[in-house]
Amino acid sequence: MSWVRTEMALAQPAPPGERGAYAWVRRNLIGSIGDTVLTVLGIAIVLWALPQIINWAFINAVWSGPDRTVCTTAAQGGIQPDGWTGACWAFVNAKFGQLMFGTYPIEERWRPILVGILFVVLLVPMLIPRVPRKGLNAILLFLGLPIVSFFLLVGGVFGLPHVETPRWGGLLVTLSLSFVGIAVSLPLGVILALGRRSKMPIVKALCVVFIEAVRGIPLITVLFFASVMLPLFLPEGVTFDKYLRALIGFSLFAAAYMAEVVRGGLQAIPKGQYEGADSLGLGYWQKMTLIVLPQALKLVIPGIVNTFIGMLKDTSLVLIISMFDLLGVVKQNFADPNWASPQTPKSGLIFAAFVFWLLCFGMSRYSMYTERRLDTGYKR
Amino acid sequence: MASQEILRGEPSRGSFINDPRTRSLFFQTLVVILVFASIWWIVDNVIENLRRLHIASGFDFLKSRAGFDISDTPIAYTSDASYGRALVVGLLNTIIVAAAGIVLATIVGFIVGIGRLSQNWLIRKICTVYVETFRNIPPLLVIFFWYSGVLAVLPPPRESIHLPFGSFLNQRGFYFPRAIWGDGSWLIGVALLLAIAMAWFVARRARQRQKATGQQFPVFWTSAALIVGLPVLAYLLSGMPLTFDFPKQSTFNLTGGFWIKPEFLSLLLALSFYTAAFIAEIVRAGIRGVSKGQTEAASALGLRSGPVLRLVVIPQAMRIVIPPLTSQYLNLTKNSSLAIAIGYPDLTATAGTVLNQTGQAVEGVFIMMIAYLVLSLVTSAVMNVVNARMALVER
Repeated sequence: MSWVRTEMALAQPAPPGERGAYAWVRRNLIGSIGDTVLTVLGIAIVLWALPQIINWAFINAVWSGPDRTVCTTAAQGGIQPDGWTGACWAFVNAKFGQLMFGTYPIEERWRPILVGILFVVLLVPMLIPRVPRKGLNAILLFLGLPIVSFFLLVGGVFGLPHVETPRWGGLLVTLSLSFVGIAVSLPLGVILALGRRSKMPIVKALCVVFIEAVRGIPLITVLFFASVMLPLFLPEGVTFDKYLRALIGFSLFAAAYMAEVVRGGLQAIPKGQYEGADSLGLGYWQKMTLIVLPQALKLVIPGIVNTFIGMLKDTSLVLIISMFDLLGVVKQNFADPNWASPQTPKSGLIFAAFVFWLLCFGMSRYSMYTERRLDTGYKR
Repeated sequence: MASQEILRGEPSRGSFINDPRTRSLFFQTLVVILVFASIWWIVDNVIENLRRLHIASGFDFLKSRAGFDISDTPIAYTSDASYGRALVVGLLNTIIVAAAGIVLATIVGFIVGIGRLSQNWLIRKICTVYVETFRNIPPLLVIFFWYSGVLAVLPPPRESIHLPFGSFLNQRGFYFPRAIWGDGSWLIGVALLLAIAMAWFVARRARQRQKATGQQFPVFWTSAALIVGLPVLAYLLSGMPLTFDFPKQSTFNLTGGFWIKPEFLSLLLALSFYTAAFIAEIVRAGIRGVSKGQTEAASALGLRSGPVLRLVVIPQAMRIVIPPLTSQYLNLTKNSSLAIAIGYPDLTATAGTVLNQTGQAVEGVFIMMIAYLVLSLVTSAVMNVVNARMALVER
């Protein structure tokens, strides 16, 4: 008679060499001779760089002070010992108002601060999926906020003093340019993408020419175009603001990139969806807004957010047509004789880099989260 | 039986205004009219504005004297040369920095991208930190960082940092020995060309032989020996015509040698380090895009890990990598226009100067756009050829 086992054998624990910290180290750090060499090299790099960075940014750094003397060595005319290197956060500290608002009048700075608070109050519930009333929220954020901000920031009505746009600067310009750019370029990009896939040959040709021409040239050329050529295009006497011109160039540029991202999404929707919509008797716009675009846009969220991140980074280029965003203000202040020291440029730039990094990294992480949340298993 | 009559008869057209063809015709006519009206309006305004500003349109200004100096000139240029030549100098500078940047970015990007997939936890983390840092800050900031933050605070020429091979680094840039080609050095070039041709021939024969007999031939080592050996032999035979002009420290500056200015250096480093972060992500996605079954099947066939990578994984990964890589190359070329921010005379910077001096805004912007479009098209064309060679050959 054969013997049949009636209960399952208990699972044995993994051998000691395959679990615990030692196994992890062996697998991940010293798996082979080459690996060990790389690990030693990596540790050497980290040990060489990290103490220097920490020393520079925190331990030796100067956090506050009246002028350049706190950030320079005795030989350079300051109070620090010879051979000292450290971050000059005092510079950032002293210029903080400028870095945020440019030369916006100090007694009027509550206005951009109020806009910032409104922005955060409207944005946060928009980003948390559980909060209800997304439709109302979106209308307030993308239509209400720009209108209110326009009157608040520009002024000239309701007893608010007028503030010309050349006085705007710093983070205010960076964020307002990129926010309006995002709000304009997404719908415009969707329309261009639909136009490029249209069956009407002339509409299609116009969209293709626009998208390819804009994508083929650098943003600086577009900004040059906007600042030098737009005035030539208008009748004599009609001029408009430099900020607005930059905004137009910027939005058109971003729209061309957005159009290509959206087109990718449109192409990924199976033909059956289009035909299904047709067979239900939906018109073109119904078909697109109810069936195709919701699916297509969901597919390309990473691409759209990447374009947003690109736009936020590209706002720094307005410096070239002498407008001062966050980076521009930092750069402008290198020339301040009160703060000229070998450490000032590095400190200012690293602060600006940190702000940009926080914004962009936050956006990319949020897009990953949304992607996971909306993933309905449709993607291949 | 009304429905059957409809089925049998001519297909119902519906009313005239609901016909898609009529609508399409109507909308397109409308669009054409709108576009032409706005173009006509714009052209009319431009002509009127130019007339008012007394600016003659046309490209005649290209022949007149430029009158401004350019700091980096790959071809002979003085301020007496024409505007046209100034623009050519700018274009050449753009091409130089873009080409060097593409090479450097590809090398760094591939290393970091492969590093992100390494078995080694530490290397993986270091590469991740690199990518996440550079991807999320503006390229202009990186350029400023190298220019004002790093290169501008190097020691003055008198206290130059000595580097290997007789090169120096200081505030004013990077100096390294310049090669001077003496008489008969053409022989070295000829030898190099000959070696490359021979290596190609050897590779072809080896492939044919392997197909016919299955025997392998050490192609790599043979080619390496040919390509290094023949020029060295030619160098020795022609009486060692190659000498070096080493930079020398004098009282205030360095003389001799080859001098790379800090503008070029910071632009090149910033562009390539920034773009490398994106290339690394593309390479990582490409390698991860090759399904695990491919690697396992190759191992099951008895290939070692080297040939698995070389013959199975990389050719398939390249198919995924090349299209986005092309767009990164185009981005790098376009980003090289940021040179204007630190005063490296690339196309945008020189065209901007020309535009300011002559007031020929329309022509200046037009030249810039055409030049960048052509550069982009050429890069795309080259990469399309590469892509076509790599693409899957289907029945």
